[in-house]
Amino acid sequence: MSAALAILRKDLRIEWRTRESVSSLLALGILLLVVFTIAHDPTPEEQPRLAPSVLWATFVFTGLLGVQRSFLLERDQDCLSGLLLAPIDPSAIFVGKLVANLVLLGIMQAIVVPLVALLLHVDFLPVLPALLLVLALGNLGFAAGATLFAAVAARTRAREVLLPLLLLPLVLPVLIASVKATQAVLSAGLAPAADAVRVLVAFDVIFVVAGWLLFAYVVRD
Amino acid sequence: MTARSLERWLGWATSVVILVALFLIFCVVPTEAQMGIVQRIFYFHVPCAMVAYAGFLTVAVASGVYLARRSAAADRIAIAAAEVGVLFCTLVLVTGPIWARPIWGVWWTWDPQLTLTVILWSIYVAYVMLRAFGGEDEAIASYAAVLGMVGSLAIVLNHYAVRLLEGIHPAVLRARPGSDSGLADPMMGVTLATSSVAMLLLGGWLTVLRVRTERLADEVTRLRREVEEGGGV
Repeated sequence: MSAALAILRKDLRIEWRTRESVSSLLALGILLLVVFTIAHDPTPEEQPRLAPSVLWATFVFTGLLGVQRSFLLERDQDCLSGLLLAPIDPSAIFVGKLVANLVLLGIMQAIVVPLVALLLHVDFLPVLPALLLVLALGNLGFAAGATLFAAVAARTRAREVLLPLLLLPLVLPVLIASVKATQAVLSAGLAPAADAVRVLVAFDVIFVVAGWLLFAYVVRD
Repeated sequence: MTARSLERWLGWATSVVILVALFLIFCVVPTEAQMGIVQRIFYFHVPCAMVAYAGFLTVAVASGVYLARRSAAADRIAIAAAEVGVLFCTLVLVTGPIWARPIWGVWWTWDPQLTLTVILWSIYVAYVMLRAFGGEDEAIASYAAVLGMVGSLAIVLNHYAVRLLEGIHPAVLRARPGSDSGLADPMMGVTLATSSVAMLLLGGWLTVLRVRTERLADEVTRLRREVEEGGGV
């Protein structure tokens, strides 16, 4: 536990000193938001219905990049070997990295979500708690899968293309459930989103546990 | 030696059962009353799906064994089963639209079953690409095994996730042949069973052959390394 906290502190401190990931993710998030909206070319009435898909498509692509970066950092100077030499459980590295990635994604979304609300005319304030719950569940599932497979992809030859190839099919259920839950929440609150939220919870539990158990196999040689 | 005799036995059995299945499909089984001749593709489509699922299940089990025991044999089985699974899943995705076009009027719909199959296919295409592009590193085998196991978990999850998509499709499209056991003639059941056995044998045979090529490739690598080390001394 304390080991995971140390990893988390280390990652956040690196981020705090450079602010590279947050700023690039944020810029990318805003760009993607614009790109997706323009690609759909919605009429003003259609715009609120577009919000969930634009939101999650943006998160998936920024998330891919952010999580990948967190492992490319460890490649520099072979830091990952250093981490593995430390007398800690590899699962702690997974948890530390996962939480660091969640914090990063959270900061990015704290700015992108209000922007979507503004640009696509969605009034999300009345359903804010439910929306936050859906966002948190979606992020956790996505980040758990991404953290596990970014560790895989970072150590392969074709790493830039391999992560999306590996990860996107696996996180499609979380994407489907998140979009459906967000749609339901934005239109009528948490109750109609119950099915989608259940799938999200199942996904989170399975991917966090799978990452926790299997991470040791992907970082050790 | 036993591996070779299994190979030969599987080869003969596959050939015989496939011939019987083809005879049943094209000469014996009555034409389905409503859909007509195109319904016969069902006897290829469904068995291919069975082989694909059997292949992916084998990948998951072999991956688990590999991670637990580091057995090179389990790893070879996982590679072979993944490739055979992708092949048959591709056949499912090809035969399905051929049937759907005259029956549904479209090549493709985002029906849950179809969405599920295409997700499944992309997971294992990624698996095969990881093995192809990952590099020579032995660690790739562990990565692939992790993907093989997580992939099977994702299939289970997807089963529930794609049901959320249901709302956008008319229910008519979900009535797939066989799902409500709408096989009117007993011969249809016999044909489906025969054809399934034929495809499973074919899938098994291909897997066994693929395991052998993989074993030979490992052997070549090992010998080459031995020669290089010997030359260095």
